Amino acid sequence: MTARIGVVTFPGSLDDGDAARAVRIAGAEPVRLWHGDAELHGVDAVVLPGGFSYGDYLRCGAIARFAPVMEKIIDAAGGGLPVLGICNGFQILCEAHLLPGALTRNQHLHFRNRDQILRIEATGTAWTNTFQPGQEVLIPVKNGEGCYVADANTLDELEAEGRVVARYVGGNPNGSQRDIAAITNQAGNVVGIMPHPEHAVEALTGPSLDGLGFFTSVLKHLVGAPA
Amino acid sequence: MTTHPDPVRESPEGVPAQSQAAAVPPVTPARHAAVREATDWTDGTDTVSRAAGTPEELQPYAELGLLDDEYDRIRHILGRRPTQSELAMYSIMWSEHCSYKSSKVHLRQFGEKAPPSDRLLAGIGENAGVVRISDELAVTFKVESHNHPSFVEPYQGAATGVGGIVRDILAMGARPVAVMDPLRFGAADHPDTARVLPGVVAGVGGYGNCLGLPNIGGEVVFDPCYQGNPLVNALCLGVLPVDRLQKKDATGPGNVVVLMGAKTGRDGIGGVSVLASATFTEGSEQRRPSVQVGDPFMEKLLIEACLELYDAELVVGIQDLGGAGLTCALTETAASAGTGMRVWLERVPLREPSMEPHEILASESQERMLLVVAPEKLEAVLKTAEKWGVWATAIGEVTAPEPDGSPGRLRITWRDHLVVDVPPGSLVDDGPVYARPMREPADLILLQADRAETLPRPADPDTLRETVLRMIASPNLCDKTWVTEQYDRYVLGNTVLAQPEDSGVIRIDERTGLGVALSVDGNGRYARLDPYQGAKLALAEAYRNVAVTGATPIAVTDCLNFGSPEDPGVMWQFAEAVRGLADGCAELGIPVTGGNVSFYNQTGAAAIHPTPVVGVLGVLENVADRVASGFVPRPGAEHDQLFLLGETHVELSGSEWAWVTHQHLGGVPPQVDLAREKQLAGLLADAARVGHLSSAHDLSDGGLAQSLVESCLRHGVGARIAVPERFAGNSMPFVFLFSESAGRVLVSVPRGHEKAFTALCGEHGVSWELIGVTDPTGGALEVHGQFRIGLDELRTAHTGTLPALFGGVQSFEVPAPAAAEVVFDAPVGAFEPAVDLDAVSGVDATDAATTAAGQNPEPASGGEQAAPTQAAPTQAAPTQAEPAQVEGVLAAEPTEAAADRPAERATPPVRTGQVELAEAADPAPTSSPEASGTDAPQHGDTEQPAAPDER
Repeated sequence: MTARIGVVTFPGSLDDGDAARAVRIAGAEPVRLWHGDAELHGVDAVVLPGGFSYGDYLRCGAIARFAPVMEKIIDAAGGGLPVLGICNGFQILCEAHLLPGALTRNQHLHFRNRDQILRIEATGTAWTNTFQPGQEVLIPVKNGEGCYVADANTLDELEAEGRVVARYVGGNPNGSQRDIAAITNQAGNVVGIMPHPEHAVEALTGPSLDGLGFFTSVLKHLVGAPA
Repeated sequence: MTTHPDPVRESPEGVPAQSQAAAVPPVTPARHAAVREATDWTDGTDTVSRAAGTPEELQPYAELGLLDDEYDRIRHILGRRPTQSELAMYSIMWSEHCSYKSSKVHLRQFGEKAPPSDRLLAGIGENAGVVRISDELAVTFKVESHNHPSFVEPYQGAATGVGGIVRDILAMGARPVAVMDPLRFGAADHPDTARVLPGVVAGVGGYGNCLGLPNIGGEVVFDPCYQGNPLVNALCLGVLPVDRLQKKDATGPGNVVVLMGAKTGRDGIGGVSVLASATFTEGSEQRRPSVQVGDPFMEKLLIEACLELYDAELVVGIQDLGGAGLTCALTETAASAGTGMRVWLERVPLREPSMEPHEILASESQERMLLVVAPEKLEAVLKTAEKWGVWATAIGEVTAPEPDGSPGRLRITWRDHLVVDVPPGSLVDDGPVYARPMREPADLILLQADRAETLPRPADPDTLRETVLRMIASPNLCDKTWVTEQYDRYVLGNTVLAQPEDSGVIRIDERTGLGVALSVDGNGRYARLDPYQGAKLALAEAYRNVAVTGATPIAVTDCLNFGSPEDPGVMWQFAEAVRGLADGCAELGIPVTGGNVSFYNQTGAAAIHPTPVVGVLGVLENVADRVASGFVPRPGAEHDQLFLLGETHVELSGSEWAWVTHQHLGGVPPQVDLAREKQLAGLLADAARVGHLSSAHDLSDGGLAQSLVESCLRHGVGARIAVPERFAGNSMPFVFLFSESAGRVLVSVPRGHEKAFTALCGEHGVSWELIGVTDPTGGALEVHGQFRIGLDELRTAHTGTLPALFGGVQSFEVPAPAAAEVVFDAPVGAFEPAVDLDAVSGVDATDAATTAAGQNPEPASGGEQAAPTQAAPTQAAPTQAEPAQVEGVLAAEPTEAAADRPAERATPPVRTGQVELAEAADPAPTSSPEASGTDAPQHGDTEQPAAPDER
């Protein structure tokens, strides 16, 4: 049966359509979830897409974290539901304390959009199991507040537990500590990534097809996961 | 709910409900109503009855920008003095910005000269032109200026410029899908540019990124003439199903008028009259309150809410609120339907409760739309607004035309006082129209006589090399990544091409691959030298930029940026530019679908260069066929052949080179031949469709050198170029590389396609010339006998300028993606190799058919160098020579010797010959074959080859 992957739309979500397209191209069925939904409609995994949820008012992701749909997602993530937060989605996951640390203003204070090389370092997560350890991929990065910060202990812990999922290579686009581009939780089902894999799934519109691996990974994960 | 006694009509039946839907409970208007009782001036409200009774009261019309006779005319229309609110409304609706009073008489040409088009669903006069691109789908696009606000407050000025044009597109029923931004600033190293540019760029990005619209192109131009008057133009593209086209007409008496979106505040009051319709003087920086403040999040919600309303067919008419705010929206919707309108102004949700009626009417608060809704659908409209968390308030209703059949009246009350009672058409259509005096600027003759062709030019390889590096690092030609990487180009996932490509290409239909290409271009220097030709050149460039992607151009939009229309010289420039653009569109057979005029781009007596910015839209049946500008990496020793299409003349006046190296502006701009542009576009579309092109790049500012460098750096693929024979010697290689002749394109053709491609050139009557090969492994741009510059050196020069000027961003070294990382689906030569160009080895394998199609090798000068040259020495040759060409194909044999063939030299029009590129043992480039032997200015013109340049 085709996996059903939820893509949440908050007011101000922008890459929700792109995430849904990537899910489709990967071979799964995208299910659109509304921020006000009080249930997850039985989806097998969830993508929190990029954008400016609630206008980034207060702090990126700070309001979205309280959306009704997030309560359900936080619960389900605790139970192992695969969740991928991209860009604003990563910010929301940090605000929701599903992932440690925070994303702050880019060090150079500008929004930056470029094609970025990443090195995939953790391939045991629900969203990266089709990559090779150390594999370099080319994926667009675009953010104004993508500078990952955490205290030194947290960073050491992330490194020690192999929870740094991807690092920037060939230039750090936002000043993230230790070049961190993506991290995961202890269980490996929740991944937050600042660059946009959903923008690298078609030869016509992306710099590569490398982003597809994130979406095919979760399908592989779901097949292997106990029902 | 409050029921309002109606001072206008006897019985207030059918008064629309006061309904507000919002995430936050609205303020109830009843609260205000309770505190206001009085009916006279002491109350602060200048009512209609009071105005009728106090005809002598002095009014500040001059301060609002109205002339004496304009004020008299208002009194005549109303039969009394206007109220304070009415005066505010007339002053903004009759401002230059809204009424086009100085430009109207000229703009008519766009309609009169427009070629017939069955694609045009909505044209000039609508919020934006709408063009059908398939049976089901249409696109709408328009470019607009937000120049004055962006000088005063760069971030908000630019941001709301994007917001405004997006709402125009939205109002047509379209989903906005992309933006572009042509920007012009003062000198790059001027301190104020360091204030304006970063703010404008951040504003464009801040608003567009947050709206989720990819930014797919634009311009960044520096010139001291824009120092006090930067030009911030913004273009938006939208897509709609053909049957979802929306109208602005407020039809159907009894229908409810709904204001949806942000609350109304004091921002932007007088934006169009005080700010946009006057020349900057000392103290303009005090006008910040006239600049609007944007909230892109609100606009994003507004977009989604509107689209949902359209799809559910819940609105009868819709109009965005932009310049002139509510005044413009109310009067335009009523006037276009011939109806009247009854508005309860106190129902407008306010950010600042102390606002007075004339302020509410004049406010340019952003992110608002006016809807006309059938009463039975009001509920559903309010529900949709609530879903998206935007305010929606019924503020009035449509009323019937007058009993005598004349259009209805717009009646607006404020807390039960009638403050406005006007015929809406008098604000929209009956504004003043001026045929302003025009006079060719007195200095133009002298300016045109001062030709750049007489300037000293580089005449030796070292100077030429140095010139290339200097030019590609100059502010106008340098890499613009510092700017463009602040824009999201990926969002929505349909961006097929974006800057620095010649055009942005957007996929419209994922199923079929149908898409559009868009480019915006302008050249103020050319227009300064000749506004008629300058406008045509801008059109030609945008048209060509669309064509190089393989798209077929179908429609035009324009943003006409000029100085003060009260200056006869400026008015002449404007008239000439409009005439040029209208003539050009007629010649190309594509209509102007809409646009914008921005006057008063002038500080004191100094006007900007006349700057018509032209946007051209083209259609690609399948975006997979699109052609990009970068040379394509190939494995091993494979390479593509480089052809230069079009003809190169000695045209340096107005050029980037003249400006950068001599600070010179004079002469006449390059010739423009739109018939040839059309042939070129036809060729490129056909060639793209059958896969003959691996890259195509327009030649414009900076000439061939600039295009070569850009195409090389795109994917780190070098090239080897041979200067054609007739450009050999003295400063002619420089002319070959830096002339800005129009109608030229650099293409790379994969091996195996040359023969078919050159034959296609012949069919389309486009002259072509083989000028070299790509060199994927060489890592350099080499111009044979002149210079070799490593790609790293080129990249360093090209990319360092803006970061050095505007800093802030550390310069990360991003290696050019290696071949394996770049996805190309351009055709790779699958046929047997036809032509092998190898400048290093001097090998000259030839192919009969290819070479016969257009090459005429002449003896190399001094017998040392044989370079690919183009046979046809006259402009008419390509078409005239066709029969001969065909014969040549049949006759030529592939085994001709490489060098001397004097017989053919004697009969140049017969285009037979072969392709060759032999190694020069020692080019000795400094020894000139010409008598002059120097680059003394007076010799500049004599150097041009007699045949190619007929100027």
